[in-house]
Amino acid sequence: MQLGTIDYAIMLIYVGFVLGIGWTLHRYMKTSSDFLTSGRSVPAWVTGLAFISANLGALELVGMAASGAKYGIATCHFYWVGAIPAMVFLAVFMMPFYYGSKARSVPEYLKMRFDERVRCLNALTFAVMTVFASGISMNALAKLLHQLLGWDYHVSLWICSAVVLVYVLKGGLTSAIYTEVLQFFMIVLGFAPVVYLGLKDVGGWHALTGRLGQVAQNPAALELNSKSFAPDAWTSAWKPLLGGPTSNPMGVDIFAMVFGLGFVLSFGYWCTNFLVVQRAMAARNMSAARRTPLIAAIPKMVFPALVILPGMLAVALASMGKDNYRLPPKPLDKAVYEKILPAIKQASAAGLQGEAALKAVNDVIGEKKANDFKFSQVKIAAIVSNNASQPLPEPQLKERLQDAVTQNDYDGVILSLVKKYCPTGLLGLALTALLASFMSGMAGNVTAFNTVWTYDLYQAYLARNKSDAHYLWMGRVVTVVGILLSIACAYFASFYNNAMDVIQLVFGFVNAPLFATFLLGMFWARTTGTGAFLGLLGGTATSGIFHALTIAIGNTPGVKGGYLGVAHVFPSEMAQNFWLASFAFITCFVLTGGISLATARTKTDAELKGLVYSLTPKIRDDEQNWLLRPAVLGVILLAGCVVLNILFW
Amino acid sequence: MGLDIRWPIGLMFSIIGAMLVVYGAVTGSDAELYKRSLGMNINLVWGVLLLIFGVLMLVSAKIGAGAAKSQGKSQEK
Repeated sequence: MQLGTIDYAIMLIYVGFVLGIGWTLHRYMKTSSDFLTSGRSVPAWVTGLAFISANLGALELVGMAASGAKYGIATCHFYWVGAIPAMVFLAVFMMPFYYGSKARSVPEYLKMRFDERVRCLNALTFAVMTVFASGISMNALAKLLHQLLGWDYHVSLWICSAVVLVYVLKGGLTSAIYTEVLQFFMIVLGFAPVVYLGLKDVGGWHALTGRLGQVAQNPAALELNSKSFAPDAWTSAWKPLLGGPTSNPMGVDIFAMVFGLGFVLSFGYWCTNFLVVQRAMAARNMSAARRTPLIAAIPKMVFPALVILPGMLAVALASMGKDNYRLPPKPLDKAVYEKILPAIKQASAAGLQGEAALKAVNDVIGEKKANDFKFSQVKIAAIVSNNASQPLPEPQLKERLQDAVTQNDYDGVILSLVKKYCPTGLLGLALTALLASFMSGMAGNVTAFNTVWTYDLYQAYLARNKSDAHYLWMGRVVTVVGILLSIACAYFASFYNNAMDVIQLVFGFVNAPLFATFLLGMFWARTTGTGAFLGLLGGTATSGIFHALTIAIGNTPGVKGGYLGVAHVFPSEMAQNFWLASFAFITCFVLTGGISLATARTKTDAELKGLVYSLTPKIRDDEQNWLLRPAVLGVILLAGCVVLNILFW
Repeated sequence: MGLDIRWPIGLMFSIIGAMLVVYGAVTGSDAELYKRSLGMNINLVWGVLLLIFGVLMLVSAKIGAGAAKSQGKSQEK
């Protein structure tokens, strides 16, 4: 695919503007608090859009389209059951403590509420996690750009990182937040035309649901799923779920969905993850801080149309076979090519046909890879026989081999639509939107990382009582270090895919119980530091043991679980995941509660003022316009969510 | 802090919008190019939309700046 001058010009203009924002803000960065916490001076609509944009990294964009293709509308549960209620809860109940306590970070709040141990545990895991998250997302995007546009992996990685580095280094958190707002509009306005054209091509919403109804009855035709479902499996959010795990493509039951995802995982992410909470903490006053997640929830509610719908459109298009569109096949890497090419030549020379030709290819790449790609026998046999009658030139051979892969690469769905629908001009805009999502996610991770490092690890344990200028300097240094570490993680992820899976798994273990600690800490004054600390450790251990004893159907014991014996088999990995979170949460909740009752309180009521619900004077909502009060806004948003759930029932 | 983000957002989308409008107008007769976008001159259409969005942002920034100025003056009194 060729990019025109205008495409590059649009990208350059965008890069110029984000760098310019960093440059303009540079002169306001006088203290460490300006740099790391924005000096609490940003208006609510700005922090609100940044809140949503920091989360809208490349992985979210790519991953949600992938899930849209695999599971259809049920993916919206991540938004309408998961994110929105959690964001309302954060705004109405939790923000007063985060903001009112004057904590500069989530770990610092934990220190005020509990003790150093809890803070240290949270700060360390968060710091390591953000760097890895950033690296994984960078690796995914650079790989995607390489596969689909032929851009050099290293060049895309380093240039994007360098741009983020410059503007974060110049303008700190303010710069990250401001550019996130610009990126938010870029992402929305860049992808909207692609979705519009896709929907128009399919023939509108009714044509889409009709087509997906056919797909649901035979998803194996597109290699989507080996089972067959009722026609509404891709197009209704709740009905397939009510039928139990076997009647929906996610393989999830309703309890796991509502409690595991909707309560434990979503509240755990949106209410305690410093990456997003930091945006609200940067707001200019309490009421702006509380309105931040609520403002963010408004676009979040309709985002499925932008991020999930493309996946569904791609499935419908592939099923219609429009203009020979197919879901992107899993990319064959260089090592696999090098094995296959000689095998094809040999097979051609030996005159192999049909099954024998396929076997020749599968034998050289091994059983695992063969299962990964699942080559089409017809296509491979055709390549072998065509090559026998007249040797095919290598580029054509490669192209046809890639096409012979039947397994889908869901992560490529969104870019395949961009390629299909965008003429030069719009193409530049859509690709810029993709780059913007990548940068917003990365800047989000880096600014959260440098704050936690500087205030919660460096200032707390390594260098106390230094001058503010020293911490400002440290904040800048660690911004560079954070970006370099992310790049290192991206390379690590590209070399050791399996190691990355393990790391993400472990983070899942750590995150699952976290919300129990916050819930008890914020709403029960009796919760003690020891209770919280041991509860967290116990919850994490429970996740680990749970994972070691259960497995999803079709997986072999090992990284995917079950290595200590299989006590229960789940219908899907997602179900295993949601149940794991539920168990970890309950364990952490019970342990924290029990141990707190058994240990003596270390903090008096006076010390806990502003940190615990019952000991904090109620905030009087003094907005003149009663519509803008957090509780009122929250109720409106929740009502909107209910309506959406009913509409797509 | 110092910078009203509506200025850069408005400016950027106005520029990109204008570029797409011009490009769309120049390439409007190229049926091959717009086969992708279902025969629709999406560059022109979307460019106009971006331009409108950009200008609205600029106008709102201008009004905001005016309001802040008059507020500043009334405080001085």
